[in-house]
Amino acid sequence: MNTPPQAIIVNNLKKVFRKRKGFLGTVLSEEWALKGISFNVAEGETYGILGPNGSGKSTLIRILSTLLTIDDGTVEIMGHSLPKQERWIRRNIGRVSVDAAFYKKLSARENLLFAGQLYGIPKKEAERRAIAILENLHLENRKFNDPLDELSRGMQQKIAVTRALLIDPPLLLLDEPTTGLDPRSRRDVQEYLERLREEKGTTILLTTHDMQEAERLCARIGFLAKGKLVAEGSADELKQKAGTENLEDAFIELTGIEFGKDEEEVKD
Amino acid sequence: MLTKIFRPLWAFVFRDFHLTRRYIHWEVVNLFYAMVSSATVALIGVASKDFRLTLRLTLGVLLWNFLSSLFHEIANSISYERWEGTLEYTFMAPVSRLQHLLGVSSYASVYALLRSFVVLGGLYLFIPMTLRGANMAGVVLVIAIGGLAFMGLGLMAAVLPLMSPERGASATEIFQGVLLLVSGVYYPVEVLPSWIRPLSVISPAKYALDACRKLMGTDNPASTNGHLAGASLSSVTPLLLVLALMGIILIPAGLYVFGVAEKWAKKTGKLKRTG
Repeated sequence: MNTPPQAIIVNNLKKVFRKRKGFLGTVLSEEWALKGISFNVAEGETYGILGPNGSGKSTLIRILSTLLTIDDGTVEIMGHSLPKQERWIRRNIGRVSVDAAFYKKLSARENLLFAGQLYGIPKKEAERRAIAILENLHLENRKFNDPLDELSRGMQQKIAVTRALLIDPPLLLLDEPTTGLDPRSRRDVQEYLERLREEKGTTILLTTHDMQEAERLCARIGFLAKGKLVAEGSADELKQKAGTENLEDAFIELTGIEFGKDEEEVKD
Repeated sequence: MLTKIFRPLWAFVFRDFHLTRRYIHWEVVNLFYAMVSSATVALIGVASKDFRLTLRLTLGVLLWNFLSSLFHEIANSISYERWEGTLEYTFMAPVSRLQHLLGVSSYASVYALLRSFVVLGGLYLFIPMTLRGANMAGVVLVIAIGGLAFMGLGLMAAVLPLMSPERGASATEIFQGVLLLVSGVYYPVEVLPSWIRPLSVISPAKYALDACRKLMGTDNPASTNGHLAGASLSSVTPLLLVLALMGIILIPAGLYVFGVAEKWAKKTGKLKRTG
């Protein structure tokens, strides 16, 4: 049987943050954000990472986005390894973080054209693509020229999704993209992600707190707790493994952590 | 190929232009303040009825306006991205740091130049000045070459907010303050206490000011209130060479230091919004 080509191969990935504390910084403290995690994501698959705050989800996304270096282990993205081939990887990934980070005084148009030009897309083409994506996300065109700080959180997040998709990336890294969104905006984003996967075969790595979102979007889910990938499988497999009716109970059963309880956050 | 190199570089010019446009009311306020503070310094010369002192101070405020604005824009480009929370997105774009910093520096140069022209226009309202006889073409050349050295210093200072999100921006202000103190912008560096005077040797602003004063004839006994005896370009060649050498050393050094700091920031997680 042929195994499908892998978009992400993470092997024994470790990340530690060292900080100097105390008077004159003489005390060195170590906090392990990732304690040797391994997983693969096949091309065209949507893979979810579920875990409470401080479990290492954002650190993982940042490493895959080339924003953090690896302390141990290997990461391969579409056949390219980190950190050696990070320039190629940067060109082929789109990322959406939990906070829609923009130049708040600039309009959506100006922010998106800036992002497009950074990736070498001509202004007109970037504008055409941006409008098409925003229409799909049900954002009114007239908001395109408004400063970002005048738009709601939901609208800002839709523009963040547009920015990530502007380059038509084969891999999307989504770090809690729907946290804090109203139900309508959340549904718009989720529907669009489903369509992307179906129509373009985009690979998606999604971190989330939202069990329903994970069940709806992800073919497979990994439970991340205290920097370790505790369990992995489809939602049904995980529930079966834990002997529970729902995914939240499965998470509690398999990790020993209550989902609403944040772990002590590792400051990366 | 050229488009591939210049489009990302142009993206930073595009972004910074629109940011200036969106914050235009603050730009106007800052410009007004720069104009007024420049005039108050230059008027000290008018009050003492000394045209040489007036010219010296006027040249000082104008050159400092240009160089400090250039330095400030480049040095604070990282702090600004931290405040907005966009730093990670800029650093994960497939853009070389050379393209990134050249883009920022290109806009900063044009911005600083235009700003200095506006301040000059404002000064004309307060200070009776003649530039007849001054070697203005030479002055422009000195400013251009001196600007390169200041770009290099700006790149080095931009590293500070990268390394320390909380204290880095304050450190760049101190860096700029020390430059102002030791460069002899308004006074000869000889009046500085001996313990701090050696620092003036490494300030590009000192050489730029010395060259400009010669080219304008500020200290030339042959200069009069109505006609300046500006020096020829050849008489400031050694100063130009020092400035060019500083630019040649400081720009690559700034890029190198930035690269090292970026690696360190990626190891320690300092690129994150709040660090």
